[in-house]
Amino acid sequence: MLSAWGMALLQALLYPALAPLLIGWVRKVKARLNNRRGASVLQPYRDLRKLLAKETRVAHTASPLFRLAPYVVFVATWLAAATVPLVARDLPTAQIADIIVLVGLLGLARFFLALAGMDVGTAFGGMGASREMMVSSLAEPAMLVAVFTLAMSAHSTSLSSVIGYHLADGFVVRPSYLFAFGALVLVALAESGRIPVDNPTTHLELTMIHEGMLLEYTGRHLALMELAAYLKLMLYGVLIANVFVPWGIGQAFAPAALALGLGAILLKLAVLGAALAVGETVVAKMRLFRAPAFLNLALLLALLGLLSHVILEVGA
Amino acid sequence: MNMHPALSLALLALTLALASALVALPAARWPRALRWASLPLLGLSGVAASGAGLWALVEGLDLGLVLPLGLPWLPWHLQLDALAGFFLALIGILVTAAGIYGPAYVRGLENGRESLAALGGFSGLFVAGMLLVVLAADAFVFMVAWELMSLASYFLVAFHHDNPANRRAAFLYLLMAHVGGLAILLGFGVLAAFAGGFEFTLLREAALSTSWASLCFALVLLGFGMKAGLVPLHAWLPEAHPVAPSHISALMSGAMLKVAVYGFVRVVFDLIGQFHWQWGVVMLAVGSLSALTGVLFAMMQSDLKRLLAYSSVENLGIIFIALGLAVLFMATGHPTLAALAFVAALYHAINHALFKGLLFLGAGAVLHSTHERDLEQMGGLLRRMPWTGLFFLIGCVAISALPPLNGFVSEWLTFQAALQAWQLDSGVLRSLIPIVSAVLALTGALVAATFVKVYGVAFLGQARSRHVRRARAVPLGMRWGQGLLALFCVLLGVLPTQVIALLDPVAVAVVGTGLPQAAAGGWLWLTPVSAETASYSAPLSILLLALIAGAAILWARRGRVRRVRRCDPWDCGLTPPTPRMQYSAAAFAQPIRRVFALAFAIDERKPAATDTRPRYRLRIADRAWSLLYVPLAQAVESAARRVVLLQSGNVRVYLGWTLATLLVLLWIIS
Amino acid sequence: MSLTQLPLLEQFVLLQAALVLFLSFGLLSQTRLLAAIHAFAWQGALIAAVTLTVAIAGHAHHLYFSALLTLALKAMLIPWMLHRLVRRLALERHTETLSHPALVSMAAVALVIFSYWVVVPIVAEELTFTRNIVAVSLAVVLIGLLMLVARQQAVAQVLGFMSMENGLFLAAVSATAGMPLVVELGVAFDVLVAMVLFGVFFFQIRDSIDSLDVDRLNRLTETEEETP
Repeated sequence: MLSAWGMALLQALLYPALAPLLIGWVRKVKARLNNRRGASVLQPYRDLRKLLAKETRVAHTASPLFRLAPYVVFVATWLAAATVPLVARDLPTAQIADIIVLVGLLGLARFFLALAGMDVGTAFGGMGASREMMVSSLAEPAMLVAVFTLAMSAHSTSLSSVIGYHLADGFVVRPSYLFAFGALVLVALAESGRIPVDNPTTHLELTMIHEGMLLEYTGRHLALMELAAYLKLMLYGVLIANVFVPWGIGQAFAPAALALGLGAILLKLAVLGAALAVGETVVAKMRLFRAPAFLNLALLLALLGLLSHVILEVGA
Repeated sequence: MNMHPALSLALLALTLALASALVALPAARWPRALRWASLPLLGLSGVAASGAGLWALVEGLDLGLVLPLGLPWLPWHLQLDALAGFFLALIGILVTAAGIYGPAYVRGLENGRESLAALGGFSGLFVAGMLLVVLAADAFVFMVAWELMSLASYFLVAFHHDNPANRRAAFLYLLMAHVGGLAILLGFGVLAAFAGGFEFTLLREAALSTSWASLCFALVLLGFGMKAGLVPLHAWLPEAHPVAPSHISALMSGAMLKVAVYGFVRVVFDLIGQFHWQWGVVMLAVGSLSALTGVLFAMMQSDLKRLLAYSSVENLGIIFIALGLAVLFMATGHPTLAALAFVAALYHAINHALFKGLLFLGAGAVLHSTHERDLEQMGGLLRRMPWTGLFFLIGCVAISALPPLNGFVSEWLTFQAALQAWQLDSGVLRSLIPIVSAVLALTGALVAATFVKVYGVAFLGQARSRHVRRARAVPLGMRWGQGLLALFCVLLGVLPTQVIALLDPVAVAVVGTGLPQAAAGGWLWLTPVSAETASYSAPLSILLLALIAGAAILWARRGRVRRVRRCDPWDCGLTPPTPRMQYSAAAFAQPIRRVFALAFAIDERKPAATDTRPRYRLRIADRAWSLLYVPLAQAVESAARRVVLLQSGNVRVYLGWTLATLLVLLWIIS
Repeated sequence: MSLTQLPLLEQFVLLQAALVLFLSFGLLSQTRLLAAIHAFAWQGALIAAVTLTVAIAGHAHHLYFSALLTLALKAMLIPWMLHRLVRRLALERHTETLSHPALVSMAAVALVIFSYWVVVPIVAEELTFTRNIVAVSLAVVLIGLLMLVARQQAVAQVLGFMSMENGLFLAAVSATAGMPLVVELGVAFDVLVAMVLFGVFFFQIRDSIDSLDVDRLNRLTETEEETP
């Protein structure tokens, strides 16, 4: 029991330790694809360290909520991440929160992020908050239906059980998983603010969503917000990798299994990160009002996954 | 007579509410009577009611009482069982909060022209009516209490009667309440015809055929659905709820809508006692429609109280989704799952009562302090009214179904119930239920967007008008009233296993089984079905949230410069931002308005580029009016025009009609 | 019966059937003509792949031929002809505006559930793994019809019509391991002829009304209407 909690703690610490690396990796691959050399993969760590050392400034017009929000956003995102099995499957933290709670925790983080965007009272913050809430309100049903598809086959909403069920079955071709995979990828792109819904590198005020809400943040507040965004990307990556390709994840707390699990997840994330970089290089950002069509596609995929589960996989 | 103390407590609550109405009468001459006597008595009545209700819940009582009142051959039957106890407690908590909040609030009304005696008197009668509906054990008392509640609340809606729009809202409310009351009466009539009496004990025994039972179901769905504001019968709700004084709005949205839920549960689950999956599907459809329509229209409102009223439509939709799931699971022979869905519905009922009450009280505090209901004029209230701001934030997080507060728990339970659809045999139901839960997810996300808008526009940013800039903190009583409800929101979010243990006897009494496995893993873990299926630990997530927050603060403040320096916001190097540059409420809602344009009747006038005094006008009308109400009204009117032909003005013609009617009647009798 | 007990090949058939359904949705909501034609070609290729998989799984040799025929006809020839038509009609850049794309695709989801509801009692007795594909095929047919209703562009309507035929073929292959070869050849020939006729009609329509918008083909009506 104690070792399990120890493992859970260790894994929870691995998330913030690895998340900047993933971002650095994606940026590096992207730079290479653009024929640039790009910054080192460790650059995000340096950015965070620099932000922490800098002075924090807060607008005159900001309320106490503005200073509270980075902590809420970061903490909620981290707790959400801690419930997703990373290197080992059977964690006590996965019992605290099932996948619906995970969506809820991310919702809590988003709620405070959007409020913080509206707090200072500039137009950009409001714009970012409004757009973020539109995107998320369309992405959330798609995400939940995709998750329900998985949960309906595994008869459980606990991530450990879903992964365990999938592992126990061996290799089965499931149309529903394919559709759910597609839906979750689209949702992950939209929710973690990547191309084609949002552009993480832009600072052109009229097109940004996530950056718009962070515009007033500096110093350690910004560091927390940025790290939360990194965590969110990694969370979605791990979720997709470990649910759809669970092989390699540690089934026991033996050192060998854990080492294998760590290696496997690093490999999976490297592949996913590279795929993301390729995708972002090939595809252009779309107009804001194309985003509903994009998310509608995600919802459609999720619904098709659900229906193909009911119609094709179970039978009446 | 040897009466159980819980029942005497309930009767005491009833008496206190009536006394509160009585002592308010001198308020016409001495306005203080309302503040010093009537409202405190109302609060005490709430305390007594919640005490009695909790007593019944904890001990799982089932008490009956016959009062020698009413008609000679039909004395009043009262009862206090677990179901009644739950709703009694729910109403009691809200009435207590309103009693604490009210005195400071009505002080703001003392200089107005409205009659305070009417306010106090009808408030007392209104509360007494609600309590009596819940305590009623025969159809006669139930209907009397129901009408008492409806009529008293009509006068409360019409309280600010100087404004013609308010009078219109009140009339619409009265009309709909009576049509609804008629449907309920007919529903009881169907039951009573088979039972041979009006007591609930007799009605319960009535053996109805499927078609009669379905007719009765349709009638009570219509009647209680009208009171509960289900789409498309919701049109009165966003008109009527906002115009009452705020603590009454809180009672109407928080408690009266739940009384409608109580009536529905009592009749369908308890009295009719048979279940058909088609009923469940109808309820799921109506619930989904209400939830989605309610939240979309809430998103579009800029009047704070009207927005909250639309959000009530949405929440009642969620409650009916959960109840529909319960009916469906009962009909297909899964009582444990039905108990899960039923508990989710009850949980959401009390949650909605708490956070909607809290939000209405908060809106009232804003109104009291700024005399403003329009979001477009607000801004920056958090720094001017920090306590109200904090409580309102708790309400917003709770209603947006975000962990770790209470709204999340009930939504999570509803999702868990829906996800057990795989146990059903019918494939079509198996595919329909997850689609309903997709609607629920969409609703939840849109609610979060709506309340980001509300909080962001009203409490954050800069004040958009002068009177809002001068807002001040509200008196202590109003803060305590909000604080009480906020505390309950937090408690019900953090201790779900205890709350479910309290709800268990209700589920046992109504659907025959409870959720014994919910706390199988100890009080920390909420496991509605089994530990493998799903678990949620609210206390542990709170604990971890706090621990991680501590770690984050320590980590983030390691830097060399700890001080936070104040500076000007970013202005692109141009003019400093003014409050007018902020995103307005309408602007915030614009993307969603565009995506869901189909749902609204939008009338938008943009200024031309050449306008010297540009004005932007936006009106969003409810489609239900043009699709249902206006055609209905026209049909009634044209029918009336036909009948008008009979009216010739000649007395002898009228007498001729009388003669003809008499002849026809005699012919029928013979 | 559950999916995990099926042999891998049959699992693949289910996957391909699900993808066929997905491509029907793609066709329904694709507003660019060329992309829609590509989606149609992919649907044809998938049908061919289903046929091939069924042939391998059931050792039905005549299905090899029919797979080949489907591939040649539906994945190559007809898309190519449509492509050429579109180019000759100068419609490559044509995009159609759907009035309520989300609503139409939700209606299609409802059609899927409906066809499942219709099919379940019919095929309840036969306990073969492919019976549920019949529901998918019916859904593909109904979505094709929905496409005929929802789209105004004549070429898109032809695509809808052709995808209906795909649905029928899918049902035949999965439920009864294919039709007799003669019938299949006949149907293939019919489809081809229909395609040629459509091509001719497109030119006729365009010559007479200068557009391929079928909403403008409403002059032949009984109601009194002022025509300019």
